[in-house]
Amino acid sequence: MAQAPFAGQETRQSHGLDQFCASLEERPGMSILDFAGASQATVSFVTNYGHRLYSDDFVRQLDQVFGPAPTGAGSPDFFENQANPALVADFFSLALNFEDASFDGALVWDSLQFLASPLLQMVVAKLHRMLRPGASLLALFHTEERIESISTYAYRIQDHRTIQTASRSQRRPAQIFNNRSLEKLFQDFSSVKFFLTRDRLREVIVKR
Amino acid sequence: MWNRRKEEEPLPPPRTAPAPPTSSQLAKEGIPMSTLPSRPTDTRSEGVRGGAAIIGKSVVLKGQVYGREDMTIDGEVEGTVELQEHRLTVGPNGKVVATIKAREIVVLGTVHGNIETREKIEIRKEAKVVGDIRTARIVIEDGAYFKGSIDIVRAEAPKPAAVPKPQPVASAGASSPAAAASAGDVKR
Repeated sequence: MAQAPFAGQETRQSHGLDQFCASLEERPGMSILDFAGASQATVSFVTNYGHRLYSDDFVRQLDQVFGPAPTGAGSPDFFENQANPALVADFFSLALNFEDASFDGALVWDSLQFLASPLLQMVVAKLHRMLRPGASLLALFHTEERIESISTYAYRIQDHRTIQTASRSQRRPAQIFNNRSLEKLFQDFSSVKFFLTRDRLREVIVKR
Repeated sequence: MWNRRKEEEPLPPPRTAPAPPTSSQLAKEGIPMSTLPSRPTDTRSEGVRGGAAIIGKSVVLKGQVYGREDMTIDGEVEGTVELQEHRLTVGPNGKVVATIKAREIVVLGTVHGNIETREKIEIRKEAKVVGDIRTARIVIEDGAYFKGSIDIVRAEAPKPAAVPKPQPVASAGASSPAAAASAGDVKR
C-alpha cells in the first residue's frame, strides 16, 4: 500500500515509471539500481516484487568527488573538475564500481543532467555495460531552455505510476537535452522512449 | 632447620588482584566477552535501552565480538559482530566497521560492512550505513544515508503436517483471501 505523502512533498504521475514497473513484473529476483538514495517507500515497493535493490545517492557522490555544485552561472569548478582524470577515476570507483551485467533495471532519475561531457558519455557507457540485455533505465530531464538552475529532488516510488518528490536544492544543469540529443546519448541502447510531461520534464525509458 | 630457613625468607609482597584484561585484549584473543548488564547513559533514544551489554563510546575494539545477549555499541568496533539470537544497537556515537549478524539491528550511528538480520533492521535518521543488507524487514527513516544492496529474505511458511485433506467446500477456482491480498501488493 502506498504511503501518505509527508508535509512539504509532492506527488506526480509518471508514465515513464509505469513503463519501468511493467518490466519489474517479468520475474522475481531481479537486481534494481536506484540513484535517488534509500527511502522506505522505494525499498518497500521494489522488494515487494521479490527484487533486490541497490541504493545510492548519486548526486551526493557527485558533490563528494567534484565539489559543491554551482547553483547559478558562477562557481564553475564542479563542471571543470569533471574533466579531471584522477577525480573521474575516484568517482567511478565510488559510485559506479559494478561488474558488467549486474542489473536488470536502473532508476537514475534526474542525475544525468548534472554531468558535463565527456563524463556524461562515460557514465552512460558504464550504465550500458552494467545493465543486462533487456533491462530498462528510467531517466528524467528538464526541457526548459535558457535556465540558470533547476530544482533537484529526492524521488520515492509510491506506486507503479506515482512518484513522491521532495525538493533538495537548486543546481545548474550541465546542459539541456532535446529528443535528438537524448537519442544520440543513448545510441548504444536498443530503444529510447520519451514522455513529455506538463511540468517541463522529459521522462525517458531506455531499453538495453 | 627447615623451620628456621623458612623464617629467614622475606615475606612475599601482599597479593593484589591482576589487572583485568581490556576489551580489545579479550577480543584479540578471541575470548568470548561478557559484560554486566547496565543501564546506558544515553536514554534519549528508544534504540539504546537497558539490559544489554554496552561498548561505551570511549572503547575501541578490534576483532571478533560474539554475544548471547543484547548489545549496544556506542564506541568503535572493527572486525565481526555476531549476536545471532539477539539485538544489536549501534548508538549515535557508534562506528562499526564489521560484518554483522544479529536477530535485530538498530543503527543510529555509522556502520560500514555487510549486515544480516533474521528479523529486522532499522536505520534511523542520523545513521549512515554502507554495505549489503540481508534481512526479513527493513525500516529506513528519512534523513538516513544508505549505500548498498537490500535483499529481503522471506521467512518460509511452515509446511503443513501430513493430514488428510478436507474436502473443498467452495469451487476449486476460488483463491484464498490471503493469497489475493498478497498478489494485490505487487500486481497492478
